[in-house]
Amino acid sequence: MSLAKRISLIFRSKANSALDRAEDPRETLDYSYQRQLDLLSKVRRGVADVATSRKRVELQVNQLEQQATKLQGQAEKAIQMEREDLAREALTRKSALAQQISDLKAQHAQLQGEEEKLTMAQQRLQAKVEAFRTRKETIKATYTAAEAQTRIGEAMSGIGEEMGDVGLAVQRAEDKTAQMQARAGAIDELIASGALDDVSSTNSGDDIARELENLSSQSDVELELARLKGLGAPQSPDALQAGSGAGEPVVEGQTQAEGEQPR
Amino acid sequence: MTMIIRILGEGQYDVADDALDRLNQLDDAVEAAVEAGDEAAFTAALHALHEGVRTVGVAHALDSLDESDLILPPADADLEDVRHLLEDDGLIPG
Repeated sequence: MSLAKRISLIFRSKANSALDRAEDPRETLDYSYQRQLDLLSKVRRGVADVATSRKRVELQVNQLEQQATKLQGQAEKAIQMEREDLAREALTRKSALAQQISDLKAQHAQLQGEEEKLTMAQQRLQAKVEAFRTRKETIKATYTAAEAQTRIGEAMSGIGEEMGDVGLAVQRAEDKTAQMQARAGAIDELIASGALDDVSSTNSGDDIARELENLSSQSDVELELARLKGLGAPQSPDALQAGSGAGEPVVEGQTQAEGEQPR
Repeated sequence: MTMIIRILGEGQYDVADDALDRLNQLDDAVEAAVEAGDEAAFTAALHALHEGVRTVGVAHALDSLDESDLILPPADADLEDVRHLLEDDGLIPG
């Protein structure tokens, strides 16, 4: 197993050269223990950082899903108003959002994996640090400085390897989190500007909503005019109201239905 | 006799010497993929080797302070990571 052997030799020599050496070898134990505690708190921070990133991605997925639902609603409204071009635009944007959402969900799964791995690493390191602390106290109580040398070497190399492994895991998690945070930042900006995936349009902002609003206020004006002229309402006022009221009629219907029971 | 094998990012396993032959074959495949620079073959071979270690090995006591005899790259490692592991600097933080 030469690759594994090579890695273990390199790992060992690096772990050894990274150790602090004190004049009294028993002090080396205390230095090392301090470093272990530092690493342990670094791992804990790492776990927290990854969790924060994961939650941020969750939030973004929710926001993008809301936007997708909104675009779906706009497409339906546009069709009611016989504006297939607007409906097509809304659906095109929705499908681009779907891509973003599935990318984010993949990222989310990855972050969750990192979080689990780091949590496990933290538990492993915790167990070793605890074992080291016990061993350290025994060595200091039992042996003279000269006698302690070998025992210290044994304890140190075992913990050194674990620290190398955990340190590596933290570093990898940090790299991944940093990459994702950069992407998450870009997506936040896109969400804020409302210009998500809207590369073709020079107008940023929600132009579909604006146009639909224009259309429905024009329809409202026509309705009003018709009413004033005493001609009565045109054939399909319901469709227009449902379109401009964005879901309110449904809610009203529900409350009415529920309200009828007790009366 | 047993050997302690560490899978980086995962922990240590005790592996009986008589199970090593099989693992050696799997390791040869990893080594060959590294030499050929074949990323896909490397990923598959490393996965097989990890599975092998997990199957024949028993988790080493968590609270032991024993050094490993062999150390394997982490499960999500690529060839670039392996090159880094074999380089002389920058791996062990601190």
